Amino acid sequence: MSNYNFAYLDEQTKRMIRRAILKGLAIPGYQVPFASREMPMPYGWGTGGVQVTAATLTPEDRLKVIDQGADDTTNAVSIRKFFEATAGIATTEATQQACIIQTRHRIPEADLREDQILVYQVPIPEPLRFLEPRETETRKMHSLEEYGLMHVKLYEDISQHGAIATSYAYPVKVEGRYVMDPSPIPKFDNPKLEMAAIQLFGAGREQRIYALPPYTKVVSLDFEDYPFVPTKADHTCDMCDASDSYLDEVILDDQGNRMFVCSDTDYCAGRQQAGYVGALGTAIAEDVA
Amino acid sequence: MYVAVKGGERAIENAHAWLAEERRGDCSVTELSVPQIREQLSLAVNRVMVEGSLYDPDLAALAIKQSRGDLIEAIFLIRAYRTTLPRFGSSEPIKTEDMACDRRISATFKDAPGGQVLGPTFDYTHRLLDFKLAAEGADVPAAAVAKPRTDPIPHITEFLNTEGLIQTEIPCDETPPDLTREPMELPTSRELRLQALARGDEGFVLGMAYSTQRGYGRNHAFVGELRIGTVAVEMEIPELGFSIEIGEITLTECDTVNQFTGSKTEPPQFTRGYGLVFGQSERKSISMALVDRALRWKELGEDNLGAAAQDEEFVLSHCDNIQATGFLEHIKLPHYVDFQSELELVRKLRRDAAHPPKCRRLQNEQL
Repeated sequence: MSNYNFAYLDEQTKRMIRRAILKGLAIPGYQVPFASREMPMPYGWGTGGVQVTAATLTPEDRLKVIDQGADDTTNAVSIRKFFEATAGIATTEATQQACIIQTRHRIPEADLREDQILVYQVPIPEPLRFLEPRETETRKMHSLEEYGLMHVKLYEDISQHGAIATSYAYPVKVEGRYVMDPSPIPKFDNPKLEMAAIQLFGAGREQRIYALPPYTKVVSLDFEDYPFVPTKADHTCDMCDASDSYLDEVILDDQGNRMFVCSDTDYCAGRQQAGYVGALGTAIAEDVA
Repeated sequence: MYVAVKGGERAIENAHAWLAEERRGDCSVTELSVPQIREQLSLAVNRVMVEGSLYDPDLAALAIKQSRGDLIEAIFLIRAYRTTLPRFGSSEPIKTEDMACDRRISATFKDAPGGQVLGPTFDYTHRLLDFKLAAEGADVPAAAVAKPRTDPIPHITEFLNTEGLIQTEIPCDETPPDLTREPMELPTSRELRLQALARGDEGFVLGMAYSTQRGYGRNHAFVGELRIGTVAVEMEIPELGFSIEIGEITLTECDTVNQFTGSKTEPPQFTRGYGLVFGQSERKSISMALVDRALRWKELGEDNLGAAAQDEEFVLSHCDNIQATGFLEHIKLPHYVDFQSELELVRKLRRDAAHPPKCRRLQNEQL
């Protein structure tokens, strides 16, 4: 891979992406069009996040890549290897030790710091897309701050289902101005969007970058009488006993038995090392032994 | 018992090794060479060059070999390679009127200066499997050879223009924007639309064009001219201060002549659709011309009939097969975090439906 520039992209392209990132940071929640490049991985596999990470990385950085909260899911492995090969940077699975974290579908459980950057992979950056398929229309709606359609949708959810029927990619309002898609994170993660780290969102196929500067005010859309409620499975982690983390439900056998385990693998491993043991945790230690 | 899913890395490596084996197939069968693909599967090579937006038959053939004949995958390989190439300049506009034509036909005139030249076409073959091809080593009898025509082969649509019967295209010297270097913003221009259509998926553009023929935005197209052949590519070298020929490329160009009864702004006249692609790609170039014409409704003051092929945003947002296939296939990546939140939601909604919570408004009224 030595024929390629550091982190694959040429410097002109990185410059173009950095300009889009800076504009995004200057106008939190606003979708900045950028000339997304064709990456050597398919659209939909995180090309937007990869381009943002490539434009943000420096040789001294330590990178963490997660998908569904886990470092070892196949696509996270693939993206991590891509940057190991093209940038030769150090990688880590430890949230605390990472300078840049590229993520798909989760925000790590551990609080991030001011010196960290969280890069999201975004499939559909437009929060209004499923209400209005035309980009020409949605851009107008954003510029006029015309978000009535979204509130009507949430209201109709309540009148039909008794609750807002959106469980991930739950729309937020940024600094009282732009309605933004937080990428398909579970709504459990929405409160964490107000954080110390810089958050950058890259949508490659849709050619958009947007950003949240540190400590930006991010409000999940709701109604006074139907306030936003972040939800998770009503269990504790069967491996580390955490009650505050987002859980994956794992089917164990064909009898329908299942267990719940942290989706954030680094968080779960850290707790297990610290001696926390969930309902099924000991049994596994014995199995391994 | 649950074991955390580890070993993604080894699984990926093993999958790649298996894929390489599958690509090679049965080792007792001779391996396909890149020149064989280039020479004998040249229409596949052409498609990969067009939709990959890179004129390089050898690389396209290599991509087809590497992708096991999956042409969209091959196009993707070419696109990903193309994007890393430095741009050292732009060519002069090519002159298709000077094309050395292998094939040149018009459906609107029985004959025309330059003649009808059938060329190497499937058009009048009977689609009967040729089992002789299954027996290897058969020599192909040489086709008859004539002296190359030297008379000029002017564009047929220009003959209509002498009477003012066809709408005149206004020439423009501005360098068109580059779809691959700037984000597409809508509404766009005709040159950008043509770029997008040229790179667009052949099947998608064909389907869109076909829909106009069947009445969804019908525009009554005739193939005014279809020409296939080689043209010189010239480039101005700044140090020299003049243009020199840097190579030749094979192109297919299609001009359609479309009936037009006039609109509020335009008199009755024929109008044009245009298709231009690398290599021999007749289906693609004709499809492109029909869709181009359908998308020009606004400029010609026609009515928007609400047809898909008239809808610039719809066509341009969905014609790229690399974008489409990537996004379509990404749903096989893990989505279990989102799915988990959907599980929680559906369970909650089902619980609520079985035991409806008291209506909040009623509760408030009771207070």
